[in-house]
Amino acid sequence: MLRIDDLHVYYGEIHALKGVGLEVCRGEIVALLGNNGAGKTTTLKTISGLLSPRRGHITLEERSLAGVAAHDVVLRGVAHVPEGRRIFNRLTVRENLTMGAYLRTDDGIEPDLERVFTLFPRLKERIGQVAGTLSGGEQQMLAIGRALMASPRLLLLDEPSMGLAPVLVEQIFATIREINQQGTTILLVEQNAAMALEIAHRGYVLETGVIALTGSAAELGENADVRRAYLGE
Amino acid sequence: MDLPLLLGILPQVLLDGLILGFMYALIALGYTMVYGVLEFINFAHSEIFIVGAFVGVELLLGLKSAGLLDALPWPLVLVLVLVAGMAASGVLAVTVERVAYRPLRHAPRLIPLISAIGISFFLQDAIRLFESLWRNAFNLVYPTMDVLNVRFELTQTVDVSVKSLVVIVAALAMLGVLHLLVNRTKVGTAIRAVAEDQAAASLMGINVNRIISLTFLIGGAMGGAAGVLFGVQYGLINPYTGFIPGLKAFTAAVLGGIGNIPGAMLGGLVLGLLEALAASYLSLLTGGAFGAEYKDIFAFSVLIVILIFRPKGLLGEVIRGRA
Ligand SMILES: Nc1ncnc2c1ncn2[C@@H]1O[C@H](COP(=O)(O)OP(=O)(O)OP(=O)(O)O)[C@@H](O)[C@H]1O
Ligand SMILES: [Mg+2]
Repeated sequence: MLRIDDLHVYYGEIHALKGVGLEVCRGEIVALLGNNGAGKTTTLKTISGLLSPRRGHITLEERSLAGVAAHDVVLRGVAHVPEGRRIFNRLTVRENLTMGAYLRTDDGIEPDLERVFTLFPRLKERIGQVAGTLSGGEQQMLAIGRALMASPRLLLLDEPSMGLAPVLVEQIFATIREINQQGTTILLVEQNAAMALEIAHRGYVLETGVIALTGSAAELGENADVRRAYLGE
Repeated sequence: MDLPLLLGILPQVLLDGLILGFMYALIALGYTMVYGVLEFINFAHSEIFIVGAFVGVELLLGLKSAGLLDALPWPLVLVLVLVAGMAASGVLAVTVERVAYRPLRHAPRLIPLISAIGISFFLQDAIRLFESLWRNAFNLVYPTMDVLNVRFELTQTVDVSVKSLVVIVAALAMLGVLHLLVNRTKVGTAIRAVAEDQAAASLMGINVNRIISLTFLIGGAMGGAAGVLFGVQYGLINPYTGFIPGLKAFTAAVLGGIGNIPGAMLGGLVLGLLEALAASYLSLLTGGAFGAEYKDIFAFSVLIVILIFRPKGLLGEVIRGRA
């Protein structure tokens, strides 16, 4: 579904991605792991068009994403839940969700809203509340719900567990799995490697801008280097 | 001191202040909406405002020389003139953003500001050049329409002219429509989303540049409407007339909390009222020591005091850094 080849991305002189290649197949959850500064966020931002690569290709459903602006990538079926959630704090929960469906005119919007409320009943209770006043967990739910309102075929998640209590992390990951089982392909960036590998089918390990390792979730979970570096052993 | 006299004129003073305040509010919206999405002060907005006034006067003079000014129903004439002024200023604002600000979007903050000041001078002198060639004069007077000068006596001490009512009604209608647009429509929500976080907005599929253009269009149109109303209310305009109301409207926007739309409306009204109160009462209350010409000093002193205690403005919130 998504294929990335030899991706090079720079911030000015900083060479952040040095030839990243990865692939996500339809129906999968693929985990992208790596330490701080490895380039995980940069990879997602480049897919969703917020950054442009200096070299390399991104192909989505057999069509190139080269030169497609961020606001048009959504139309290609990709929704990005950015790092740090980036919900619209001054908008209400409902308005945030409306913005998720900004480009849609089909009549699937109402059913999708219901779907989001089924996944996150909390959001329904808070529908009229200004998003900035939500708790951290609720904000993460809103960020994911907002992305689902675009009815994406590919969902990019950047550290959905960041800053959440362990119980909530469990809950969010269960929901991510559920979203995947409902038919959405997922590329999941995480520092919480243990949790990510639990729900992912496959994974990649990114180290300072290059893919250092790849394999099935089980293989990565067994790998001695991964266990030492990311699973705290 | 004659208390009954002081109180007797109060309603009239408040009415005058309200009219001035609505004018400032309309202009202030242009500053505040643009600041909301770009964190940038559009210093050329005072000229965008006065261009509206010039388009209005040209249309009225044109209708007059065609003999249509008195033939057409006056509300229709007013609507035509308002729409023309709004369209011209709106399109001008969008154009200015496109050619003079957008290419500098990622330059250091001071650069677009200087560009805006340049545009401001350019527009002043462009109007002056055009009017000098076209009419041989650049001080123009709005043609009078007799109905507009009819006055109603509300009480013995308060009366109101038709044109004042026109200003109030038109300003209220526009502020109301803007409020609904920004708060009740999807595109209005998108404007607020872009104001808060451009990158996140683009991830929603919002074309940020288009929303920025729309913001200039709306802000410019409000400024153009204010220009026409200014002309209708006060009569005389020249290419440099925009500067002082523009500066005051900018202050009103800051007073309300720059970037905050209801704040701009409130700030405009507060400033207008302060100015009117000062103009009428300063000399009475100080026994003539301070005349009405000190009204700006008074109004701005109050503003400074308000801003000392509320640095973010009356309705402002903490200004976030842009990621
Ligand atoms: N806006 C920026 N300007 C300059 N350098 C940047 C910028 N954003 C990221 N970088 C650099 O690019 C590299 C990759 O950053 P990135 O944010 O992609 O890492 P990450 O894997 O998401 O890390 P984290 O787990 O901390 O979120 C880092 O070295 C970082 O310092
Ligand atoms: Mg990151």
